[in-house]
This record gives sequence, C-alpha cells and structure tokens, in this order.
Amino acid sequence: MQYLELIKNLSFVQWTFYFLSILSLFGALGTILSKNPIHSVVYLILTFFTLSAIYLLLNAQFLAAVNIIVYAGAIMVLFLFVLMFLNLKKESNELSQNSMLISATIAGGLLGLILIVAIKKAETIRVNYNDFDPKTGMIETLGKVLYTNYMLPFELVSVLFLVAMSGAVLLAKREKGDSHF
Amino acid sequence: MDTVLIVKAIIVVAIFAISMLMALYETYAERVIAAFIQDRVGPDRAGPFGLLQPLADGGKLFFKEDFIPTKADKWLFILGPAIAMSTALLSSAVIPFGDTIIVAGQKIDVQGMDVNIGILWIFGIVSLGVYGILIGGWASNNKYSLYGAIRAASQTISYELAMGISLLAIILMTGSLSVKSIVLGQHGIDWNIFYQPLGFLLFLTCSLAECNRTPFDLPESENELVAGYHTEYGSMKMGLYLFSEYVNMFISSAVLASLYLGGFNYPGMDFVYSKLVGSFGEVTGHNIATALGTITLFLKIFFFIFLFMWIRWTLPRFRYDQLMNLAWKWMMPVAIVNLIITAAAELSGKPLLYNWIGLAIFAAIYFGLFPIFKKKTVSAN
Repeated sequence: MQYLELIKNLSFVQWTFYFLSILSLFGALGTILSKNPIHSVVYLILTFFTLSAIYLLLNAQFLAAVNIIVYAGAIMVLFLFVLMFLNLKKESNELSQNSMLISATIAGGLLGLILIVAIKKAETIRVNYNDFDPKTGMIETLGKVLYTNYMLPFELVSVLFLVAMSGAVLLAKREKGDSHF
Repeated sequence: MDTVLIVKAIIVVAIFAISMLMALYETYAERVIAAFIQDRVGPDRAGPFGLLQPLADGGKLFFKEDFIPTKADKWLFILGPAIAMSTALLSSAVIPFGDTIIVAGQKIDVQGMDVNIGILWIFGIVSLGVYGILIGGWASNNKYSLYGAIRAASQTISYELAMGISLLAIILMTGSLSVKSIVLGQHGIDWNIFYQPLGFLLFLTCSLAECNRTPFDLPESENELVAGYHTEYGSMKMGLYLFSEYVNMFISSAVLASLYLGGFNYPGMDFVYSKLVGSFGEVTGHNIATALGTITLFLKIFFFIFLFMWIRWTLPRFRYDQLMNLAWKWMMPVAIVNLIITAAAELSGKPLLYNWIGLAIFAAIYFGLFPIFKKKTVSAN
C-alpha cells in the first residue's frame, strides 16, 4: 500500500523520468539479447534516444543534441552501414563451450560487483535548490567553461582529432599499384 | 497560463497540418511544373485544374494491397517508413513561422519551441532521417533495396559535413544556436545571404542531397536500382516514403528561408508595423504584422520549393564517383575556407565588406593562381 501511495504522488517529471528509464533499459536489454545484429543496433539507437531525453530532463540541452548527432546520427549509421555489408547469418558458437561460459560468467559477475560497490561508495552530492543555476547545462555556460578553465585540454583534444583524421586518411589512401576498383 | 497553452497547442497542430497539406500539394505542384517544363498538359482531370489529384493519389495508395514480402524482416519493414515520416515532421518544431502574436495580453511565439539548440536540433533530426531509408532498405531483403539504402547512408553522411561547416559560419555571425535569434538578427533586408553567398550555395546543394532530390537521387535511381530503397514497398508504406521526401523538401525550404533569406523579415517591415499599429491598435496591428511576416516566409518557401523542382526537371543525375568527389574534395574544403573568411570578417568589424573581399581573394586564388600552379606540376611530371 505504501508503494501505491508513492506511485500516486509522483510528479509529472518523475513519471517522465521513470518512463524514459524503463524504455532505455528495454533498449539496452534488447541490444544484448537480440540475435540479429541489425536489431541490436536499432535497440541501441532507442537507448541513445531515451538517454538524450533524460539529458533534456536535466536541462542539458547541448549534451542531448550532441548525443543524438554524434552517437545516434553518425556512429550508429556507420555501424549499421558496416553490418549490412557483412553476412552475419551464421551464429557464433563460442558460448556453447563450457570453459567460455564459465569465464564469461565470472568476468561479468566481478564487473557487476565492482559497479555495485562503486555506486555504494560514491557520495552523491546533494544539489542545493536555492542557489543552483538552472542554466548550468546550457551551451553558453559550457562554452564559457571550455574556453576559460579548460582552454589547453580543449585545444589539445582538437589536435588529437586532427591526428586521428590524418591517420584515417592515410589508412584509406590507395597504395601505389592498387587496382582502381 | 491556460490560454497560452491552448494557443501554443493550436500553433503546433497548425504547423503539423500545414506541413502535411504542403506535402500533399507539392506532389501536385511537382507534376504541374514537370508538365510545364516538358511542354505537356499535366494532371487536369480530377477537379478544376486537377486540384483534387493529390487526394485521388492518396486514396489510391490507401486502397492498394499492403504487401510484406515473405523473407522481409516484418517489424523493421514497418518501422522504416514510420521513421522516415516522423523524422521528416520533427524538424519543423524549431522553425519560427512568424514573430509573436498577442493573445490575452501575452506574447506567444509562432513556433513549436524556441530552444537555444535550435540548429543542432535540426541537424540531429536530419542525421536521423537516414535511418528510415537504411532500415527499410535492409529489411526488404532485396539487393537493389540494400544498394539504395547504402547509397543513401553514405550520401547523407558525406553531405552532412559540408552542411554543418556552412552552418557554423552562420552561427559565428549570429552568436546563437536558436533559429529565432538567427531570424531576428536579419531584420528588414539585412539577410544572411548577402554576408554568406558561398555558404548559401553550399547549404542549398547539401539540402538537395539530404532530401535525395535530383541531381542527388542516386538511392532511387531507376535505371540502376529498379526503384532503390522502396522497391519492395507498396500501398501507403511507399506513400509515406514519397510523402516524407516532400515534407523534407518543405522543411528544408523553411530552414533555408529562415537561415539565409531572413525568415519572416521583409524590407520596410518597421514602416508597415508602425502603420498597422497606428490604424488597428496595439494588439490587432501587431497580430496583422505577424501574419504578414508569415505570408512573407511562405512566399520564400514557395520560391525554394519551385527552385528544387526546377532543378529536378533540368539537371541530370550525378554519377556516383562525381557525387562523392563533389562532397569530399570540393564542398568540404570550400566550406572550411568560407568559415575562415567569415571568422576573419567578423573580427574585422565590417563583416559585409570583408566577407566579399575575402571571397574575391579566394576566387582570384582559385581561378587565377591555382590553374597556373597546377599546370606547372603537371608539366614537371
């Protein structure tokens, strides 16, 4: 009965949050449980979408938009793109071996244990509602922080991107003597 | 508060209805314009001037057999057109279709939502639009559909880059990501196209490519791929694919008009506004002025839709390697050059003058110096 009262008293934002959480968990479970890799990718896109919606609930609009553009819009398209070229009809039978199954279970269990301990240990910082700036997640604030406090790391990251880009160009470049398709 | 919510809801529903109606009559306009360009009569049977033709087409599509191939992936087959249609409609949320209207003493934006990530929203939704085609094409379990889907995906990804970089120049000029503030920054005839002629051309080309319109309609090129990604589709599912293309065209025209042609701004709007407020009073005058702005925006949208159709019935389709070369080797570098010129011009304090000077210098280098340099390297080999 106590739980029923709790559910009744949920605010609209809380309802939205729980709905989105359930949807994102559904997407995440679908990603790992579906046999068809294309279905996995579609579920993963759903998960990214709901995560973006949760960012929006936190008033972090820029993060939400970038999450959709970069992950759902670019990376997942490339994933799907590659998966469509491959013929993945044959099931991998790695998990039917006993040793593989046991080691996978142990590794997964340990990882879960570490995560639970980390969450238990973590201190949740209570936000003071009175002096909290609701514009913290907005793009103006983010830009100011990036270009004042974190100027050097930000610029270094751009150099890193440039290096990665040149590397990709170099890898994709046709070598001398290669056939012209 | 309640009246504001109700008015906002009416605006949102109206934007949705107008997008659908525009898409409906774009199909008619496409056929009439095609007929005009090819010196034919075009649709003229259903109703006066064939005006009921779109309804007849829609009715036909609804009553056809809804067919799903046996080997197709059923759920994804259904999901494909649904995603295509919903992503096409979503991006209209951030486009300001007019300034504010005053209802019950409160100013309400004629816009779905005015968020400070407006452009990023459009950009994100556009990048999602490819999933409809990609998923539908794969789920059909037909090699031509798959080719169409893969072509669509690679084309969209390639042209998004140049599109994003030419957008960056606009953001640099305005200093805001909100579409509303970008439009408000182009008051009167201070339109962005005068500052960004090159950026406008790049953005126009990219939006043609993102809409899969000719000359970039390789995903559905009928001489190579039967009908491309929608080969296996029939009935209203195919209708949704075709329809989403027209909705996309409407939205891209609206975005182009808002970003480069000043949206609801028109020359002499201050004079008209003061006259209207003078003769009709503060509230009615303001609302009539907003309505005039909306009409201006729609005239610009009609112009762009006509331009899209004109291009479709004039230009032949690209070859695939030409398409990719255009995106990566030509448009991306030019967009970056445009961004650098814009940044320098903004720093100089006289953006209009220095933008044109920068573009002139770039043109001089590209067309004057570059050919000489190129010839030398060729002869050296």
